[in-house]
Amino acid sequence: MNGKAFLALLARDVHVARRNVVPLLFQTFLQPLLFVFIFGRVMVGSGYMKEEYKSLLLPGIMAISMVFTGVWAVAMPLIGEFQFTREIEDRLLAPIDISWVAIEKVVFGLIQAVVAGLVVIPLAAIILRPGLELHVTAPLVFACITLLVAGFSACGGLALGCSVDQQHIGLMFSMVLTPMIFFGCTYYPWSALNKFPVVQKLVLINPLAYASEGLRATLVPQFPHLSLALILIALAVFDALFLIVGLRQFRNKAVS
Amino acid sequence: MEAAIRTSELRKVYTSAPPAAAGRGPASRGPKKKEPKPQIVALDGINLDVAPGQIFGLLGPNGAGKSTTVGVLTTRVRPTSGTAWVGGHDVWRDQTAAKRKIGVVAQRPNLDFSLTAREILQFHGAYFGLSHHERSERARALLERFKLTDRADQLVRGFSGGMMQRVSIARAMMHDPQVLFLDEPSAGLDPQTRLLLWEIIREYNEKGRTILLTTHNLEEADALCQHLAIIDHGHIIASGTPRELKASVPGGFLLRLRFGATSPALLERLGTLAGVTEVRSTGDSAVDLYAGRGGSLIPEIVNAAAALGVEVSDVHISEPSLENLFLHHTGRSLRE
Repeated sequence: MNGKAFLALLARDVHVARRNVVPLLFQTFLQPLLFVFIFGRVMVGSGYMKEEYKSLLLPGIMAISMVFTGVWAVAMPLIGEFQFTREIEDRLLAPIDISWVAIEKVVFGLIQAVVAGLVVIPLAAIILRPGLELHVTAPLVFACITLLVAGFSACGGLALGCSVDQQHIGLMFSMVLTPMIFFGCTYYPWSALNKFPVVQKLVLINPLAYASEGLRATLVPQFPHLSLALILIALAVFDALFLIVGLRQFRNKAVS
Repeated sequence: MEAAIRTSELRKVYTSAPPAAAGRGPASRGPKKKEPKPQIVALDGINLDVAPGQIFGLLGPNGAGKSTTVGVLTTRVRPTSGTAWVGGHDVWRDQTAAKRKIGVVAQRPNLDFSLTAREILQFHGAYFGLSHHERSERARALLERFKLTDRADQLVRGFSGGMMQRVSIARAMMHDPQVLFLDEPSAGLDPQTRLLLWEIIREYNEKGRTILLTTHNLEEADALCQHLAIIDHGHIIASGTPRELKASVPGGFLLRLRFGATSPALLERLGTLAGVTEVRSTGDSAVDLYAGRGGSLIPEIVNAAAALGVEVSDVHISEPSLENLFLHHTGRSLRE
């Protein structure tokens, strides 16, 4: 691997992101902000939901924010750059194995996803205060889960971005991301599905379910959640799976 | 001396539609069992040997396999079989080493639309490990050379096709590669820019760099290339220097003559002159004469006509051309 070339690729993405910083911020934070405000503030404040829902909701919002950002940050540029204009060509010709060009995209998406996730905590704290009860008892496990969630989001973005054509972007969001979010244990804990045993089993194929439950387990452990061991294993498997599929799709797309 | 570019029995068969810029050869059917995928043979045993420091031209009509050949040599198209080397590196075994040696200008501008012209050059330099100082200095010099300085700090999204093409070429030269690939470099350029481009290509070649360019423009091939390979339907059908190639066409010269009057006796007499392959009367007093030589035939024609009491009133010699050559080998015009 050629470290200089890798860093230069990363520098290019940072440079472009900096140029688009305002739309990037809106895209990343508007949706979680609105969710936190409506569900955490309006619904709870008006008495339709219990005060403790604030704390239950936060990990789910953080998971959505990370997954959405990770997928978007990798998939959208790739879909554009592999289109007719082949903007990515110059980077594919850089003196580095082309898999590293893909990995660079993943690393950059991962960083964005981590930032998008972590920023939700202080934002939510400002909007939801008082009544928000976070108990980070195992910061290392929290960090580990955060990285794994960001990882599968970015790798998933790679796999999607190299499999979806520009004309199917809308479909990708409505067919993949929307069901993922609603069946991702984001607005409710997994145990809330006890009365729907089939759905409860089915959502276990959704990586976002492990993301929400994992963040719930490490941020608000006072609520019921899946076992941490299961969460860690499942997240690691999704990371590896999406990376392998993503790299294969990338290579197929890059070389004719 | 080691060849700068070499290919051995290069074959490429597409089982799906080839990329738009790549060649489209004659279609043939795959095995009938299971799902018969249409197969498109883009390259069918290409052997090339390009000496270092040469400007080498691949000449052929659209879809002949030029872009696919460049694609294989530049790690963009995986060959079905055969081997390609650039600067001694097997392109498909040692991709990274091969990529260090090459600069590539694709047929369609593939610029990074999120960047300005200057940034495109500088980031390209960074991918190749140039220091910050080298990057800025080379980018400045190339922008100047390609007359892009006044637009250097604008996003290339708004550039005209010709400007994008200039940025593409400047970018390919940024890391000073040993071998420069230019796929149809002057397509869509205005005559002025084309001349600038030719000048820059020659300049680059004078530094000892190897250049492989593809073109379907005969004038360009003739003006720039020291060596040519003519490619059609994925085969190399002829190769050599432009002069050798042109001389290889039998009766490559066309002499269009006009006499005071013509007679069957005159036509017969002209047909017996050494080197003449065909005599064709094209009007009352006009004759087209196909021959293996040009100017040296004129005195003999004049003498033959004078012996029959006829005067030559007009002579036009067209030299052997690559167009004639292509026609000779394929029975088709290059422009078809």
